Amino acid sequence: MAASHLSGGRVNLAILREAARKELLECLDKCDGTKAVVWDEQLTGPFGLIAEYSLLKEHEVDKMFQLRPGRMPAANVNNIIFLCRPKLALMEIVAQNILKEEETGGSRKEFHIFFVPRKSLLCEQKLKELGVYGTFSNVDEYTLDLIPFDSDLLSMEIDSTFRDCYLEDDMTSMYYAAKSLMSVQALYGIIPTVCGKGDCARHVADMMLRMRRELAGTEPQITPQIDCLLLLDRTVDLMTPLPTQLTYEGLIDEIFGINNTSVKLPPEKFASSKQQTGGPQEMPTEPKKLVLNSAEELYAEARDRNFHAIGPLLSRKAKLISAQFEERHGAKTVGEIKQFVSRLPHMQAAKISLANHTTIAEMIKEVTDSDHFMESLTVQQEFLNGIDTDKVNPYIEDCIARKEPIIKILRLVCIQSVANNGMKQKTLDYYKREILQNPNDISYVFSGYAPLSVRLAQFLARPGWRSIEEVLRILPGPTFEEAQRIPVGLRKKRTSVGGGSESPKVTLVYFLGGVTYAEIAALRFLSQQEDSLSDYIIATTKIINGHTWLEGLMDTLCPAPFPDSSSTSKSKGRR
Amino acid sequence: MAHVTGDWNPLGQVFYRKQEIYSMGWRDIDLDKFVVAAAPYGGPIALIRDETKLVRVQGSIRPVIYIYTSSGREISSIRWNSGHVIHLGWSCSEELLCVQEDGSVLVYDIFGQFKRTFSMGTEAKEMKVRDCRIFNSHQGTGLAVMTSSYRIFMVNNVDEPRIRRMADVPGLDAPPSSWVVISQDRQSRVLLARENDLYLLDHGGQYSRQLAPVSQQVEAYTEMAVSFNNKYLALFTNTGLLWIGSSDLERAYCEFDTKCPQRPKQLAWCGTGAIVGYWENILLMVGPGKDYVKYNVDSTVHLVPELDGLRILSNYSHEFLHKVPSECCGVVFKMGSIEPGAMLYEASREFQNGSPKADEYIRMIQDRLQVAVDQCIQAAGCEHEPTTQRMLLRAASFGKCFLSDMNPEPFVRMCRMLRVLNSVRDFTIGIPLSCAQHPFFMPHRLVLRRQYPLAIRICQYLKMPDAEGVSRILAHWACYKNLVKSKTVSSAPLPTVYTVVMHLKEKLTLGDFLMTIRNLPTAQSLYLQYCKEQNREMLQDLYYQEDNFQESANCRVMDSYNETRMDERLRALQQAQEAYTKARNEFAAKVTEEQVRLLKYQMRLEEELKRPYLDLSLHDTISQLTTEGNHKLAEQLRKEFKVPDKRFWWLKIQALAEGSDWAELDRFAKSKKSPIGYEPFIDVCLKHQNRYEANKYVGRIADPAKVKAYIKIGNLEQAAETAMQQRSEEDLNLVLSKCTSSHRVLAEKISTMKAQLSSKK
Repeated sequence: MAASHLSGGRVNLAILREAARKELLECLDKCDGTKAVVWDEQLTGPFGLIAEYSLLKEHEVDKMFQLRPGRMPAANVNNIIFLCRPKLALMEIVAQNILKEEETGGSRKEFHIFFVPRKSLLCEQKLKELGVYGTFSNVDEYTLDLIPFDSDLLSMEIDSTFRDCYLEDDMTSMYYAAKSLMSVQALYGIIPTVCGKGDCARHVADMMLRMRRELAGTEPQITPQIDCLLLLDRTVDLMTPLPTQLTYEGLIDEIFGINNTSVKLPPEKFASSKQQTGGPQEMPTEPKKLVLNSAEELYAEARDRNFHAIGPLLSRKAKLISAQFEERHGAKTVGEIKQFVSRLPHMQAAKISLANHTTIAEMIKEVTDSDHFMESLTVQQEFLNGIDTDKVNPYIEDCIARKEPIIKILRLVCIQSVANNGMKQKTLDYYKREILQNPNDISYVFSGYAPLSVRLAQFLARPGWRSIEEVLRILPGPTFEEAQRIPVGLRKKRTSVGGGSESPKVTLVYFLGGVTYAEIAALRFLSQQEDSLSDYIIATTKIINGHTWLEGLMDTLCPAPFPDSSSTSKSKGRR
Repeated sequence: MAHVTGDWNPLGQVFYRKQEIYSMGWRDIDLDKFVVAAAPYGGPIALIRDETKLVRVQGSIRPVIYIYTSSGREISSIRWNSGHVIHLGWSCSEELLCVQEDGSVLVYDIFGQFKRTFSMGTEAKEMKVRDCRIFNSHQGTGLAVMTSSYRIFMVNNVDEPRIRRMADVPGLDAPPSSWVVISQDRQSRVLLARENDLYLLDHGGQYSRQLAPVSQQVEAYTEMAVSFNNKYLALFTNTGLLWIGSSDLERAYCEFDTKCPQRPKQLAWCGTGAIVGYWENILLMVGPGKDYVKYNVDSTVHLVPELDGLRILSNYSHEFLHKVPSECCGVVFKMGSIEPGAMLYEASREFQNGSPKADEYIRMIQDRLQVAVDQCIQAAGCEHEPTTQRMLLRAASFGKCFLSDMNPEPFVRMCRMLRVLNSVRDFTIGIPLSCAQHPFFMPHRLVLRRQYPLAIRICQYLKMPDAEGVSRILAHWACYKNLVKSKTVSSAPLPTVYTVVMHLKEKLTLGDFLMTIRNLPTAQSLYLQYCKEQNREMLQDLYYQEDNFQESANCRVMDSYNETRMDERLRALQQAQEAYTKARNEFAAKVTEEQVRLLKYQMRLEEELKRPYLDLSLHDTISQLTTEGNHKLAEQLRKEFKVPDKRFWWLKIQALAEGSDWAELDRFAKSKKSPIGYEPFIDVCLKHQNRYEANKYVGRIADPAKVKAYIKIGNLEQAAETAMQQRSEEDLNLVLSKCTSSHRVLAEKISTMKAQLSSKK
C-alpha cells in the first residue's frame, strides 16, 4: 500500500510509518527461518496500515492466522510468532495454542511472542502460571503506538481508554500516550509548548516531561517541526461525541463504521459497477471494502462537509468528469490524443471514485431520509437547544417500548443529561427502570453546534486561553501550560511577528479518550481558514463515535444457561 | 609505570602478588583498638571497640558499631544499647550478625537497620556464650557458639535457624586449645583440640578422636584454619610447627617449622594454595611445598579470606594477596616469557609505537595466534588496574585482526565483565570483586546498598531479563522510596507500579499488603483491575475493606449471571440487594429485588406452562405471554411490576401482531383510548404485511396525521382526498412526491386539486 497520503501535510507523517515498519521487520528478523504470524484480531487493522502482506512475505512470513482458542491451523514453518495486546484473557488462548501445538508434535517449532505496544509483567506472570513461558525463545515488545491514518491524523486505536481512565482508574493507556509522544518527539523534535486541560492531560504531560528528563542529553538533535502540543481530556467535552455526526465522513462512520480508515459496505449495491479491480474470484456476498483517506481526491474534498453539501458536490464532479471525457472529440493531432490518453488512468480512477461515493451517498440518504433518523435528530437538536431537557422525553420512551437498539437510547439519554447538566434522580430512575424492564441486547458538523473541544483549540491559537479563564474553570480537571527547553541551536528561526510571510504554527492536538470525525472535520476547517494561525495535526487514543464510545462503557451480561432445567433447553431447540 | 611484575613473589613454582586495591577512606581508625569483621566477596566491614583493650574514658558510654565499605567509606553506625557483644560477623547476604553473651543473635542490614533476631537456645542463654564461629555452610551462612560449659550449639543457616547441639567432648573442663567448623558433604562438623587430642564432633551426638597427623611430638594445637572451600586445613602447634593438609586429615602436604612457638594473631588461607600466619609486624605465607614468603607489616592488619586469595586490611590501605594465574597473567608478563600471549602483547606495544617489529612478533606466533589472543583476554580479567586491562585487551583485539574465524564471544564477554567489575570496584561503591569472584556478584548487592541507578544500568548492560533485573530493582527502589513518600508510585511508570504491587504482595502478609496499597491509589486501582479479571473473591474482600458497597453490589450482580444454578443466582442477587441497601442506593436495591421476584415468577410460569421464560426481560415475558394468548397472566405481571401504560400498549400491539391475533388487536384498540395514538397499530399491521387490518385503524387517526397514514398503507387516492378536505397544499405535494409513473391519472388529479386550492385563496 502506498503511503503518499501521509506525506502531504505540514509534517511528514510517513516517517512515523517508516519507523514503525522498520521496527516490525527488526522484530521479525529476530526469528530465523520461515514464520507463521498469529494475530490478535484487534491488531490486524492497525498493522494493515503499517505493513502489507508482501513485505511480511519478503521476511519469510508464510502463514498468518488469527488468534483463536483451541488448536491453530497446521503450518510447516520454523517459527510461530504471536503478536498480541497485553491482555490477560489473550494469554490463556496463546497458552492453549502452544500446548495443543506441542501435543501434535511434528516438526520442532520455535515460539515467540511480541506484545503490542508494551510488555506487561502481569501477562508474563500469567504465561508462567500457564506453564508456557519457558517455551518462548523470544518474549519481547513491538512498540506500535500512534498509527498514521492520514497526513494530519494519528491514532493509537486503543478501545478502552476512556473506560480505563475514568471508570477503572487504570492509567495504562495514558502511559502509552506519553510514550507515543516521546516517539513523536524523537522523530519530529521536542515540542516547545505543551498545553492541556483535564486530569489525564496533566498526567500525560507529567509522564512525558519526566521521560524527557530521563533521556537526559541523549535525545535526537532535531529542529522542532511541531510548535505546540494541546492535550485534551475527553471529559472536558462529553457532549460532542453523543449527537449524530452530520459530516459525510461522520455519517459513514455512524452508519457503516470506519475501522482503521476502511469501511465495509453491503456488496449488493456495488454489484453493477464492473470496473472494480476486485477480479473474478471476489464473492458478491463479501462486503465491499473501501479505503478512505486523502489519497482519494474526491474523498478529501467531500469528507468534512455537511452531508447536505454532498449531493451538489457529486453532481458538479460528475459534470466535470464527463466534460473531460468529452475532450477526446476535440483531440485532433496525435500529440493531443497522446496527451489525452496519458490523462486517462487518472480520469478512470476519478470516475470509479465518483461512482463509489455516489452509491455511498445514496445509501446514506436512505437512512437520513427515514422517519426514525429525522425524529431522533429533531430530539437531539431540541436537547442541544435546551428544550425540555428536564423531563422524561416521550420519544425516548417510545424508543424503549419499540425495542430500539440500546445504544441509540442511551445516546439520547446521555445527550439529555449532559445538556441539562445532570438529570433529576426521578427522571433518571424512570429511564433506568424502563430500560431494565425492557433491555435489548444488542450538528455545521452538528448543524449549528460547534464542538467545545475544537473551540478550546481555536482559543488557544487566538487570543490564548488566558482570555477564557472563567470558562476553563467550569470545565473539569486542571489547566496547564508548560515550556520544554530546547537547545538554542535547534530553535526555529522565526521571522519577526507581523511579517506576512510567516507560516502558521503546527499544533498537535491530542485527544485522550477518543475523538470523532466531526471534531477532526472542525479542526481541519480551522486550519483551512485564511487567517488561521495554526495548522493542526490530530492524535488520539481512538477514533470514536457516540455508538462505539458508549459500547466501550458497557458490560455485556449474558446469563449462563441452567443445565438442570431440561425443559428449557428442549423447547428452545424447537423454536 | 612500574613493571607489572614488580609486586610478584615466587612461591615454589608459582607467583603470588600483593596489590593495593584501596587506600582506606576512613580517618583516625586504629584497627588495633577494634574488633574487625569483614564480609567475604568484597563486602562491608564492621568495627566495634575491642573491650579487652579498652582505653579508660570518662563515664560509661555505649559501644558503637561502625559499618564501612571495603574502601573505608562509612555507611552507617549503630549505637549499641543491647547486651554484651561477643562476636561480630556477616552472612552471605550481607547481613550483620551480632552475637550476644546471652546467645541471642541480632541481625542488621548494612544501613544499621534492625532486621530480626534469633536465639541459640535456652542453654546458651543460661550458661552464657564465650566463643563463636561464623562459617559457610551448604545452606548459606552458619553459626556456632560455645558456652561457658564448653558445649557447642550450631545453626546451619542463619536465615532459618534450627539449633543443633554438638556432641560433648569427654572430660573437657577447660577451654579447648582451638576449634573450627568444617562444612563438607552437606554436613557441618566441629574439629576441636584438647591439648594435643583432636576430636571431630557432629550433631548426631557422635564424636571421634582423630589420629595425630603431626609427625613430631606436640603438646597442643593452638590454632587452626579451614580454607574458604572447606577442603584444606592448617594446624599450628605450640612448638611453632605449621601442618598443612586436607580437612579430613587424610592427607598431609607439609610440615613447616616457623621457629616461632607464639600463637599467631590470625591464621588464614590465601585461596587454596597457601596459608598465611600473622604475628606482630610480620605476615608469613607458606605453600604446600614448604616454600614461604615473608611480608613485613608496620601496623595492625586484619586478614579476610576469599575464594581466590586473601584481603589484608590495615589502617591505611586495603590489599589483595593472591596467586598470579599461571595460564594467563603468568605467561604474558613473566620476565623473558616466550609464550604466544607475551609475544602478542609485545607486538601490540610495538604496533602502537609505530614500530615494524610488531610484524616480526606476529610472524613468530602466527600459528598460535588463537592461543595468544585467549591468553591476553584471560590476563586482562585478572588485572585490577584498568590501564593494564586496557593494554591487554588492545593486544587481544590486535591479534584478532589476524584471525579470520575467531569467535568474538569471549572477548565481548570479558569486556562486559570488566566494565561491570570496574564500576563496582569504584571507590564510591567499594566492592572489590576479583574475576574469579565475579559469578558471586548480583545486582542485588547494589540494591542492598541503595545504589539503584548503577544496579539498573548494570542489569541493562548485561541484558538481564527485565522481570529479574530492572523491574525488580525499581520495585525495591519504589518500596524504599515509599517509606519516604507514597506519591512516587502515583506518577511512576506503570510497569514499575505493577512490579511494586506484585513485590509487595509477595513480601507482605495479605492484611499488611491490603493496608499498604490503600495508601497508594494508583497501585490499588491496578490491583483492583487485576482482581476483577483474576480473583473475584479477593475483589469482594477489597470492596468490603473499603466499605464500597455500591461496587460490591455491582460485582455481585455481574457474578450472578455466571451462576449456573438458580438458587446460587438468587443468592447472589439477594446479596447484591443487601449491599445496595447498605450503599443507600434504594433504586438499585428495588430493581434487584424486582429481578429476584421476576426470576421466581418465571420459574413458576415454566412449571405451569411448560415453556421457557427464564432470563427473559419483564417486557419480553409479558410480550410472550400475550403472543401465546395468556392475557390474564400478562395483565397480572403488568400490575405487579407497574409497567407504564404507554409501554404496555406498545408491547401489547406488537405482541398481538406478532401472534397474528388480529381480532384481539381490534378488540384492544376499541377497549379504550390509546395513549400512544393509532399510528402504531397501522405500523405493526404493515410490519406483518397486513394492509387490510391496517386499513381499519386509519379512521381513528387524528386529522393532521391522516394523510401520512393513508400514504403508509399505500392508499394514495384517499390520501389526496383527505389532503384536499383539509385544504393542505403541503400534504398534496407530499402525496404528489410519492406518485410514480403508474399513478399518472392521480398525479393529474392532484395538480387539479392544487390549482383549485390556490384559486380559492
